[in-house]
Amino acid sequence: MKRWLPSPLLSISLLLLWLLLNQSIEPAHWLLGSVLGLVAPRLSRPLQPHGQARIRRPLALLRLLRLLWFSAIEIVRSCFNVSQIILLRRSADVNSQFIRVPLDLHSPHGLALLSCLINSTPGTVWVDLLPDGHELLLHVFDLHDEAWWIDTIKTRYERPIIEVFEIPATEGDPG
Amino acid sequence: MTTVTLLAVASLFALACVVLAMLLCTLRLLIGPSAQDRVLALDTLWMCIMLLALMLGIRYGSQIYFEAALIIALLGFVSTIALAKFLMRGEVIE
Amino acid sequence: MSSAEALPWWAAIPVALLLVLGGLMTLIGAFGLARLHSFYQRMHGPAITVTLGAGCILLASMLYFTVAQSRLVIHELLISVFVLMTAPVVAMLIMRAGVYRELRNRSETSAAVDARPDSD
Repeated sequence: MKRWLPSPLLSISLLLLWLLLNQSIEPAHWLLGSVLGLVAPRLSRPLQPHGQARIRRPLALLRLLRLLWFSAIEIVRSCFNVSQIILLRRSADVNSQFIRVPLDLHSPHGLALLSCLINSTPGTVWVDLLPDGHELLLHVFDLHDEAWWIDTIKTRYERPIIEVFEIPATEGDPG
Repeated sequence: MTTVTLLAVASLFALACVVLAMLLCTLRLLIGPSAQDRVLALDTLWMCIMLLALMLGIRYGSQIYFEAALIIALLGFVSTIALAKFLMRGEVIE
Repeated sequence: MSSAEALPWWAAIPVALLLVLGGLMTLIGAFGLARLHSFYQRMHGPAITVTLGAGCILLASMLYFTVAQSRLVIHELLISVFVLMTAPVVAMLIMRAGVYRELRNRSETSAAVDARPDSD
């Protein structure tokens, strides 16, 4: 089982992708999609530098869904905020700044998810991960309160991701 | 007024918006002071073209535009990544 | 040339609203790209186009074809997932390219500033 299906989630999503692309649920397409789902993860395994993402606790996936839902709401809200700023304010008045956020998250998959969520939200762009002290350099479109941003990213985004992707032993560390 | 005219008017409005957006992107592409501005404008232009294909699909009630939109999205991603990587590495002749 | 098919009102109104909203959001994003002054501010304009603009139009397309063909047409989800996964990567790479180029320019001009102050 482990040998043939190194990553069941990836295989299932490849099968779904095939069915959606062909827009049919005929048995032939199920067969072709399953072949794709079985072969493609095995062929692409040497390309993954960090191996498969391992979810420590399956129940934590529910928290991940909640995080995705929350960030979807946040994306829509900040879309309207940013468009209001674009339409109404003068460009020189907008306080665009780089800020630094200290991070406790070290898992590469968790960092990838965090960067996707932050970059999808209009108004914030992830620039770089500074190696000294593990800080995140972030560019904010209209900065009014730096502490609020750091607090939001650490409590709302980072903590659920740590709970899902990292070993529970590091979680006891008060961050 | 029927739903056909409602949809025709709405999709015409959306098409006009996207074409105007493409014109603004082209403006930035032409005047952009730095190279990264141009790459950004080009990326937005790809996205607008993809949306244009989807809207034409709704307007003409045809699903063929979906494949076009998918391919445009794939090509836009790859070309923008290549350009951004090129900018980060620096000029070829330095 | 074939034209849009007749939809019931309960579907036509959301599709029309989503189309209008998506078009407006796309326009605002591109407007921000053209209007704002510095490169770092301009980075944030297209984010609206990518998220809400594309999202609304993809939703409209899904709703329209599902009702018009009276079967579930959700293959636009593929484009949504693809855009959601790639747009952050693109934004981060362009931003990094901009930051590195500016740092490099600054170090070059500061090295040449003694000889020629207005080199750029």
